[in-house]
Parts: sequence; structure tokens; C-alpha cells
Amino acid sequence: MKPGHRAEPYWMLAPTLGILGLFFLYPLFVAVQKSLYSWDLLTPAKYVGFSNYQILWERGELWRAFRNTLVYSAVVVAGSMFLGLAFALALDRPGRVAAFVRSAVFSAYVVSWVAVALLFMWLLDTDVGLVSRLVRLVGLSPKNWLGDPNIALYTLAAVSIWKITGYAMIVFLAGLQDIPPVLHEAASLDGAGSFARFSRITWPLLRPSATFVGTTSLIISFQAFDVVRIMTQGGPVHATELFVYAIYEQIFMNLRVGRASAMVVVFSALVFGLTALQLRVWRGRETA
Amino acid sequence: MKLGAGLARLLSSLAALFWVGPYLWMVITSLKTLPELLHSPLSPLPATLTLSAYRDVWLTVPMGRYLLNTAVMALLIALLQITLALPAGFALAKLHFVGKKVAFALVLLCLLIPAQVTFVPVFLLLGQAGLVNTMAGLVVPFGASALGTFLVRQALLSVPDDLIEAARLDGASDVYIVYALLAPILRPTPAALFLLSFVFHWNDYFWPLVMTTDDRVRTIPLAIALLREQGTGVRWHLVMAGNVILSAPILLVFALTQKHLIRAVTAKGF
Repeated sequence: MKPGHRAEPYWMLAPTLGILGLFFLYPLFVAVQKSLYSWDLLTPAKYVGFSNYQILWERGELWRAFRNTLVYSAVVVAGSMFLGLAFALALDRPGRVAAFVRSAVFSAYVVSWVAVALLFMWLLDTDVGLVSRLVRLVGLSPKNWLGDPNIALYTLAAVSIWKITGYAMIVFLAGLQDIPPVLHEAASLDGAGSFARFSRITWPLLRPSATFVGTTSLIISFQAFDVVRIMTQGGPVHATELFVYAIYEQIFMNLRVGRASAMVVVFSALVFGLTALQLRVWRGRETA
Repeated sequence: MKLGAGLARLLSSLAALFWVGPYLWMVITSLKTLPELLHSPLSPLPATLTLSAYRDVWLTVPMGRYLLNTAVMALLIALLQITLALPAGFALAKLHFVGKKVAFALVLLCLLIPAQVTFVPVFLLLGQAGLVNTMAGLVVPFGASALGTFLVRQALLSVPDDLIEAARLDGASDVYIVYALLAPILRPTPAALFLLSFVFHWNDYFWPLVMTTDDRVRTIPLAIALLREQGTGVRWHLVMAGNVILSAPILLVFALTQKHLIRAVTAKGF
């Protein structure tokens, strides 16, 4: 359609493109530029070439952040998808009880990460937390869920699974409702058992939902920050240092703008890769 | 497919136990007193229900101020996003102009960039502009939504051009057409955008943490997290009371708008 005035489309878009450009695109250029400098926010910045990247790599900080993020994300995505699918299958039925349980599980996804992180710090407190007390009650000795470097990352992953399982469940429920009941009835008449019906009918038809949930929750987990900042501050001994937290620590605790920027550049590349993957999946979903 | 009745009942009970249980424990803890918390921490119900934890939280930190800050911030962001997304989506969906493809590509590109990637430069930028510790510093970076613009554009593609042409013949300006004619027709889209945006920014911890150091503009998730960091020892009844204050408004919004919220989330993945 022709615009009412020749300048019209431009001023209609100007505020949006201005804000997006200034706060989302321009920062990427600044990050690339700043990553080549050594700067502590106080004294003048000094050009250092690629040495920020080199130091981060040689000290293993980049690899550590990447590995922790990958392990955490893998556990969170697998766990929340598995539970989400199981709950969707169990709760895909009419009735008030099922509706209430569905809402309860999904509400965790809507509530703040801060509230969830604090609630679980209290539940998991080694001395007085409910979980540790119950563990002791059955005669076992509770673990130091957040203080043991071999366990802490998995504790954070478990808390995150609690938080986002409702998301996976809701998407799977929407997928289940798109499957015509006739298919199951026909298969039953042909003598297919419930396992055969799941593997031959339900799962193939749910696969688009599964890919959608998988890619989306992978991106959510890659950007995790709140649980780390609140529950462990990256510790013990860096065991829970996820990528975004590592960047935050570089700039706000070590005052190393250059190294933080170098990590931003690497992290952006990773997130772009993942999101490009996600967009391909979404496009597949639209045409399917 | 239906699971076997027994397995379905088992899974439902587990879901109820593990998802309702923690909420209940949060509320119960918030109704206890410190001695009770220490001496009989397992007793399901406190000897006497007391709201003293809420009173203490309310008296020790300016909770009203934090609630107001958070509500103002989340409302401003949500309203600003809708106000700007409507004309931008309209231009991208309906108008012909030079550079349209580039503009749309820029919006799509910004869909890929989360605040967790841009916060270091944006913090430096807003620091130079003197906007650290201001409401503007909390709101302006999120004033435009790539997702919102995209959603409005997609929704407008299915609105017939004739409708707009007819309104133009009646002498309506395009601004009037966007806000007074098309916005009501598109209502589900701005409503979904409002819900997603309000809930996300009410809950947001990351950006207020980066942008504020000051009571005056502190938001509630930050304040509750600080309640634990500054609390000496095990005053979990206070933290849980704070948690209830933080979560209750969002759970209320959720209860009132569950259908819309779920539709928005399942369709868009946020």
C-alpha cells in the first residue's frame, strides 16, 4: 500500500529501530572493539590486540564457562523435556484435579527465578532445610547440595528443571490436543497396545513440539544467570560458573571491561548459532 | 494417548507433591517466628499463625517503594513496547517504501540478541549518559520490542488492505488508523505482548541488578534477594515472606489470564 505521506513509514519505524539499534546492535560493535583493549573503568584504556582472548583461553576460563554451561543446559533440557512429556501424558484429561495440577506445574515457569532460587536455598539448607531434614529422617546423611563442587552444578540444574518443566508440559499438551482421537481408536481396534500407540502415533506427531521445546529451552538455559548469582555465586571453586555469570564477574568484580567484552563476543557467537538453529526449526514448524 | 490409569495417577500425585509442596512450605515458613523456625523446623503448621514476618519485612525495608518501582517499570515497558510496535509493525506489514527489507531484517536480527549479550556495552553507554540508578535506565533499553514488532506485523498481514483504504477515504490519518482502528481488531496480539512483557520485567533480576545500586529505583526481585544476602544467619521466615510478596502479584495475574498467557507462551516460546 502507498503510505499517506512519503516520510510516514520512516517516522513510524524510527523509535523502534532507534532503540533496537542503540541497545541491541550497536553494543555488539562496542563489544568487539572493547575486547581489543585492556580497561578497568578508571584509568585510560590500552590497546592490547587479541591478548584478552588469548589469556581467557590459556587460563581455561573460556573453556570452563563453556563446559559448565553445556553440562547444565544438557541436564536441564533433557530433564525438563522428559518430565514435561510424562506430565503432559498423565494430565491430558478433563477434571478439576488435573487442571489444578497443570496450573501448579506451569505456575513455576511464570514465577520469578529469584523466588524459586531463594525457596530452594531454604529447602536445601544443609542444617535446617526441609529436604535435608527429610533425608536425615529416613536415616541417610544429607549432601551439601550447594557447597560440594561435584554436586552444585547438578543442584542448580535440578532447580531449573523444577522451574521450566511446566513450559515443556504446556507445549506438549498443546501438541497432544492436535492429535485426532480417531487415530488412537483405529489403532486400538487393530489391536495396538498402549506402548505401540505411543511409539507409532503419539511420539511421531509430537516431534515438532519436542524440537520446539528443545531448542527454546536450550537457549533459555544457555542464558541462565539468576540461579547462579543467587544460589552459588559461581562457586564452589568455579564449579557453577556459567557463561553469563562469568562475564558479569569479569566486569563487576574484576573490573576487566576488555576481558568481559571478549567473553561477550564469544558468547554472542554461540547464542547466534543456537538461535539460527531455532529459527530454522520454527520455520519448519510453520510449514509443517 | 492415555497412560494407564494407575501410572497417570502416580505421575499426577508426584507432580502435585513436588510442585505444590514447595509453595506450601514457602507460605508456612513465612507464617512462623524465628524461635519456631530453629526449634521445630519440621512442624508442618506453626503453633500460632503470625503475620509478624510480613510486618518485619515491611518495616525494615521500604517494600512499598519497591513494589511501586517494579509496577511502574513493568507497566511503562509493556505500554511503551505496544505503543511503538503498532506503527512499526504497520509500516512493515502494509506500506511500500525504500529500505523496507533492510528494516525488517534489522528487527529479525534483534530477535536473536538477548540482554545477557549486550549488557556490558549498554551499561557503559548508560553510565556515560548518567542514567545508572534512574527509572529511564531501567525502561528505555527495553522500550522497543523486536518480538512485539514482529508479532504485530504478522497479525496485520491477515487484515485486508480494503479496510485501511476505506478508512483513508473517510479522511482518517494513518496514526488514527493504527491506534483507533487496527489496535482493537488486533487485540489478542497487543494483549499477549502486554502479558509476556509485564510478567517478564516484573520478574527480571538481571537488568535491575546491573543498572541500580540505590534504594530509590530498586525493584522487588532485587530487594528480596538482598534480604537474604544482608540477613544474618537463618531468618528464612523473613525471606519467605518477601518471596510471597514478590510472587503473589504474578500468580494473581497468572490466575486471571491463564488462558491468554498459555496461548502466548506456547505459540511464541517465551
